[in-house]
Amino acid sequence: MRYRFKWLVALLVIMAGHALAQDQGGEHAPDTMQARVLACAACHGQQGQGTDNDYFPRLAGKPAGYLYNQLVAFRDGRRKYPPMNYLLAYLPDAYLYQIAAYFADERPPFSAPTISSVSGNVLARGQVLVTRGDPDHRVPACASCHGSALTGMEPAIPGLLGLHADYISAQLGAWRYGTRTATAPDCMRQVAARLTESDVTAIAAWLSSRPAPADLAPVPRGTVKMPLACGSEAK
Amino acid sequence: MSGVRVHIFQTIGRRAFALFCAGAALSMGALASHAAGTHDANVVARGEYLARAGDCIACHTVPGDKLFAGGRPMATPFGTLYSPNISPDKETGIGKWTADQFYAMMHTGYSPDGSLLYPAMPFAAYTKVTREDSDAIFAYLTSVPPVRLANRAHDMRFPYNNRSLLLGWRTLYFREGEFTPGAGQSAEWNRGAYLIQGLGHCSMCHTAINALGGSSESKAFEGGLIPMQAWYAPSLTSNTEAGLGDWSIEDITNLLRTGVSRRGAVYGPMAEVVYDSLQYLSDDDIRAMAVYLKSLPPHGGEASPPSAMASEEKDRLYPLGSKIYDAQCATCHGAKGLGKLPEFPPLADNQSIQMTSSVNPIRMVLNGGYPPGTSRNPRPYGMPPFAQSLSDEEVAAVVTFIRTAWGNHGTPVSVREVNDLRSAPLN
Repeated sequence: MRYRFKWLVALLVIMAGHALAQDQGGEHAPDTMQARVLACAACHGQQGQGTDNDYFPRLAGKPAGYLYNQLVAFRDGRRKYPPMNYLLAYLPDAYLYQIAAYFADERPPFSAPTISSVSGNVLARGQVLVTRGDPDHRVPACASCHGSALTGMEPAIPGLLGLHADYISAQLGAWRYGTRTATAPDCMRQVAARLTESDVTAIAAWLSSRPAPADLAPVPRGTVKMPLACGSEAK
Repeated sequence: MSGVRVHIFQTIGRRAFALFCAGAALSMGALASHAAGTHDANVVARGEYLARAGDCIACHTVPGDKLFAGGRPMATPFGTLYSPNISPDKETGIGKWTADQFYAMMHTGYSPDGSLLYPAMPFAAYTKVTREDSDAIFAYLTSVPPVRLANRAHDMRFPYNNRSLLLGWRTLYFREGEFTPGAGQSAEWNRGAYLIQGLGHCSMCHTAINALGGSSESKAFEGGLIPMQAWYAPSLTSNTEAGLGDWSIEDITNLLRTGVSRRGAVYGPMAEVVYDSLQYLSDDDIRAMAVYLKSLPPHGGEASPPSAMASEEKDRLYPLGSKIYDAQCATCHGAKGLGKLPEFPPLADNQSIQMTSSVNPIRMVLNGGYPPGTSRNPRPYGMPPFAQSLSDEEVAAVVTFIRTAWGNHGTPVSVREVNDLRSAPLN
């Protein structure tokens, strides 16, 4: 009993000394991921909810594996957007994964869906492509990989809702022209190459017009049997 | 002279031993038996360490791609250079080179085929590297996996594509010769000087580059704008810039090996240097570099008093800047610019904020930035970019405020300067 007490005193003394050393010279930043990702919040929102800017996408709730793949691709220049390439250039893998996991776990509410300016026919075409695809042109439905609720699948397929039409069409365009690439086999590149410009407009318009799903979470790994092999899903 | 050589040899011996103890390459069994190849493995491990000190990887490896395969574009005012493959592939790399040829290249700036190297390869600094260290680096480079990738031809404009012009450049700016230790200086100081003047090639950025792409020895470490990158490499000799005369050794070593310190953090091109090179150096070597840097005699780069026009500019921008600072910056950097140390750097009494060139503080506000993630600071805090949310006028105002508030001695910043830097390259 007496021994135990002595140990406790010693421990308290050490802890006090440690705390003093830490406190020396004033205030520290909060030891949280929220404080560490303030640099991301300027464009993507504190919880990764996105902002009014069409090209700063919602990050919240996308699978951590997907966000991690994007962070690595930006850091190494496979995905090109200079402000992102610059910010991430000297951050190690393990930290990028923690940043990805932070935003994957956030569940901020969706902002109201966009009122689309395109015609009803275009929206209908978008709905068909997203939910059923275009077998004549070997275009699989978006839902066949991204899930019937379009909230994505663990570990690395992103949800498609809560994004602006301009962002979605810019990404599909980037895949068509090879300026956005993923690990081979690059399934999105294959799919995007089979789309026409008007398909891209229709998909972007319909997706961005959808309301928030009841459950924001991506479906568990393996829930969806994918029609294409995707390199970013390996591991 | 020979006494100094012995001293350096001992220093190197100690360092090799330290690496060995850290388990860099060898097992205890190999130590006990002195098996064949042990010596080689030791040399290779030391070569790897020295290649880190020379930051070979930064230019000779495309990020995320194969080690030392080259092909990384380097924009210069004279055209684009592509770094060569230095993996040990026999056809496309340096697999057929000898240690003699490698040393001659490092020491003289001539390739084994007789061609002159462009001074983007810092042979003006590497010439100071000892033969023993050059051999170790060569042993390491020949130990990594060979990559078959043909060198990409340089894309230099006329007349710079004529390499014989380099003879003139060399006459003006190149002095061949290994490092000679300073008489009357400590072994630690000399080790730091050797690393900083030689493998570290610090003067490539921290000495002003003139119109001919040369750095003048008389202006060594006095700072300069890095061409094509639009970052200002501050003077290492002026205490009003990055001169370290009034820094503690602990703050300097923290900055160099972790990327952050209680006086400020590294950013821009220096973040890359810490990430790829300095974080891997031993405590002894970092300390030696700090001792040498702190001893550099202060000269040059002193601030000039603001002109009357600058004062007018300040009177107009300061109140707006103060308002923006309170709304956007004070949460992290503190109402009085004291920061939260070392995570959120101080702005008051921070040389980087108030030095003569305002390029870096403007760019930090526009582009934000993370210090490098290092083994001692693996989860750095980042500065948000404000290019998308503040106008040129607002950025000029807030940078004017932080350069002149709390006793800072900087000059005001014009809207025009901010606008020019919006198009600065980000890679």
